[in-house]
Amino acid sequence: MSNNQKSNIQRRDFLKFTGLSATAFILGIPSVKSGEPALISNLSNLEDAFNLNPYVLIEKTGKITLFNTKPEMGQGTFQSIPALIAEELELSPGQYTVQQTGGEKRFGPLQFSGGSYSVRSSYQELRKVGASAREMLLTAAARQWNVLESECYAQDAKIFHRTSGKSLGYGDLVETASKLEAPQNPRLKDPADFKMLGKSVQRADVPLKVSGRAVFGIDVEVPGMVYASVERCPVFGGALKGFDKKLTLKVAGVEQVVEVVREYGTYKSTGVAVVANNYWAALKGRKVLKVEWDLKGNEKFNSNDYAQQLRELAKTEGLVDHASGDFDKVYAETGQKLEALYETPFVSHSPLEAMNCTAHWKDEKTLEVWVSTQVPGDAMETLRGRYGLKEENVTIYTCFNGGGFGRRLALDFILEATDLAKTIKKPVKILWTREDDTQQGPFRPLTFSALKGALSSDGKLVAFQHKVISPTVSAFLEPERDKSKPDGTMTEGISSQAYEIPHLKNLFVLADVHFPLGYWRAVTSTTLAFAHECFIDELAHQAGKDPLQFRMDMLTKDSDTRRVLEKLREVSHWDTPLPKGRGRGIAQWDFFAGLAGHVVEVSKTSENAVKIDKVYVVIDLGTVVNPDNVKSQVEGAVVMGITAATKNGITFANGKVEQSNFHDNPILRMSEMPQVEVHILAEGGEKIKGVGEPGLPPVAPALANAIFAATGKRIRKLPFDPEAL
Amino acid sequence: MAKYTLSINGQKVQVEAEPDTPMLWVIRDYVGLKGTKFGCGMALCGACTIHLDGQPIRACQTPISSIKRKNEITTIEGISADIDHVVQRAWIEEQAPQCGYCQSGQIMSAVALLKAIPKPTDADIDTYMSGNLCRCGTYNRIRKAIHRAAAALQTESNK
Repeated sequence: MSNNQKSNIQRRDFLKFTGLSATAFILGIPSVKSGEPALISNLSNLEDAFNLNPYVLIEKTGKITLFNTKPEMGQGTFQSIPALIAEELELSPGQYTVQQTGGEKRFGPLQFSGGSYSVRSSYQELRKVGASAREMLLTAAARQWNVLESECYAQDAKIFHRTSGKSLGYGDLVETASKLEAPQNPRLKDPADFKMLGKSVQRADVPLKVSGRAVFGIDVEVPGMVYASVERCPVFGGALKGFDKKLTLKVAGVEQVVEVVREYGTYKSTGVAVVANNYWAALKGRKVLKVEWDLKGNEKFNSNDYAQQLRELAKTEGLVDHASGDFDKVYAETGQKLEALYETPFVSHSPLEAMNCTAHWKDEKTLEVWVSTQVPGDAMETLRGRYGLKEENVTIYTCFNGGGFGRRLALDFILEATDLAKTIKKPVKILWTREDDTQQGPFRPLTFSALKGALSSDGKLVAFQHKVISPTVSAFLEPERDKSKPDGTMTEGISSQAYEIPHLKNLFVLADVHFPLGYWRAVTSTTLAFAHECFIDELAHQAGKDPLQFRMDMLTKDSDTRRVLEKLREVSHWDTPLPKGRGRGIAQWDFFAGLAGHVVEVSKTSENAVKIDKVYVVIDLGTVVNPDNVKSQVEGAVVMGITAATKNGITFANGKVEQSNFHDNPILRMSEMPQVEVHILAEGGEKIKGVGEPGLPPVAPALANAIFAATGKRIRKLPFDPEAL
Repeated sequence: MAKYTLSINGQKVQVEAEPDTPMLWVIRDYVGLKGTKFGCGMALCGACTIHLDGQPIRACQTPISSIKRKNEITTIEGISADIDHVVQRAWIEEQAPQCGYCQSGQIMSAVALLKAIPKPTDADIDTYMSGNLCRCGTYNRIRKAIHRAAAALQTESNK
């Protein structure tokens, strides 16, 4: 019997056993159905392998594979998620390998990375998964030795017998263990005994990423594969009239030129794909392609007019998002008032790995996809539905994401590739250029904020109104949404603010837009926090109070926000005055992803310029899985926040995006980096908050407030140039 | 199409390609070394940084026709066989990468920096590294990793 045949038979055995053990079902996670070899076929040299549940696969050789449902895009889930299982299963780093899941049903509905949701949505469940597997192995060992289970313990991928000292590896026990019924309520470890959780464990993906070995979507090669580059209408809303491919087909390597549709929610646009036997040829062919577009009047769209339109909308009443007390009456009756309009831009995600996807139809009903995506679960469901395929006939290989930031929540670039591969009947990799990535969206929506505040005679904020004027992501993704109601995603964090203000009225005014908008790291909070927390600063100044104390005075009850600000006061040395010419600003934001507060220090370098010296961050978490990785995430969020506050943003002229690549849509550079000091509030317990996003929203307001403190210049519009204020 | 003989990471490779094909695509899609990354296609981001006779260059702006037989190309795969180059070790120690996509280019720039200036100041790092963009924002860790690698080199040379 050849090795191949042998492993095929055992593969069937494996599937049968997994069906029997069905731990996952008991844990509320779907079990493996037989005949779902999709992901397993991706494992190399699989021999005598048994599942203890869908997430834990142990081979008789002792090799252990843990399955990770949260795509790795730099946020550390390749370490933090399997570690939840490994901790309870008594594995050390290096004793297991990690396999990304590809949307298979048995791994449940939460196969995505987004919303700073990964760890907090998995913390208890995956610990149970690991503990359950540990108890099965323990039972198997005790039975084999004919000893009491209480005399046995698990450590470093082995079960030990306490008195005799004998041991068996997990590989020796897995076959027996896999036939046992999985414990429904396994005993979880005491956090005091954790070896990995809560510790700064090194990430297994790092060595791969410093040696060029990590496989991103762009790195995938399939035998017989061709490459494609797609010309899409440069003006959103335009339609393809026709194209002349004569010159393109003369380019050596170009094979064909065909139409392909890009779909982003309700936005559909037909582009022209140049297909070639190498990517450079596809690019050259695209350059000489002549395409005619019907722009349908969309070429009249430009950013200045749009901003003016939003300023007009700001004067309308809008929909009430939240009201408490009697804002109108109190505002009208109060002497000290302040009003301001804050403006922010559209921004691009710009992950360094541009969008790409490789699709291969093995036959008319069998599809394989290799892609850097945040949403393998959604991709699987969408592909099955779109083409009417059975689950076992769709395989998604989730690759390392070369950045996500929300861009890879979308499926547009995946469907474009699977459609094109179907049309040309060949495996194909579509790779977007940086220009495509910069100009085609989706973009983070901009928000304008109309704010009003009234101060009592003793300088207390008694009435406050935050009116958000903006287009919404949901216009594309949820067209059925009722527009007579405010869109909560566009007002997040405002009405739930911890500040105790007696009379509040928060409003929303919907603005239209005709091009794709998408969720972006920390989404709307990145712009709302700027307006909100800068205006609070304006009010503090008006009241003649210290900005931090002004906030504390509105936080009389114990709250996470109050504790963050207290810690921030301490770590940023807030009460120690800075020398003249320097200033510090503060901001905090609490929203769906979590809570953080920042203090930014700047120094004046000339009359109209400042340098950002240092950023202090306090992030509120409760329970932490990997403190060093939390710091890494927050450091990155600060950089992304400074980029969004101080670099161009996306603007339109004649219907086209004006920026195209990193020269005119820049991101922060090494030479522009301030120091960043991160503090984690982690008292443990049940509370567990998000990590990836909360470090972003307070950056722009804390920076703008620091600039006011240093220069007296109030910034109400993003982006701004710290060197030309 | 033309035939080229390249020396990449110490190995001779025969490639048949159009003369204007950038080395980025030659290295990735003809030679099959995927560690060198495409980021911008305009020498703006540094993700495709490789060494030409030890000097850092942007592979996306270097046509294959400009490479001579005697030139030695080094990619991220060529700096060590076992991920034990002093710069790689420092990167791991500082847990510098996040998504990791730009890091091949960052490391190739850092290796060249340390060759030119074995004990770089922060200003040297700013000068050498500011052409390498990182959207995840790992710059401060990269800076620390470079200082760490410089210190390790110092210790080694004192032995």
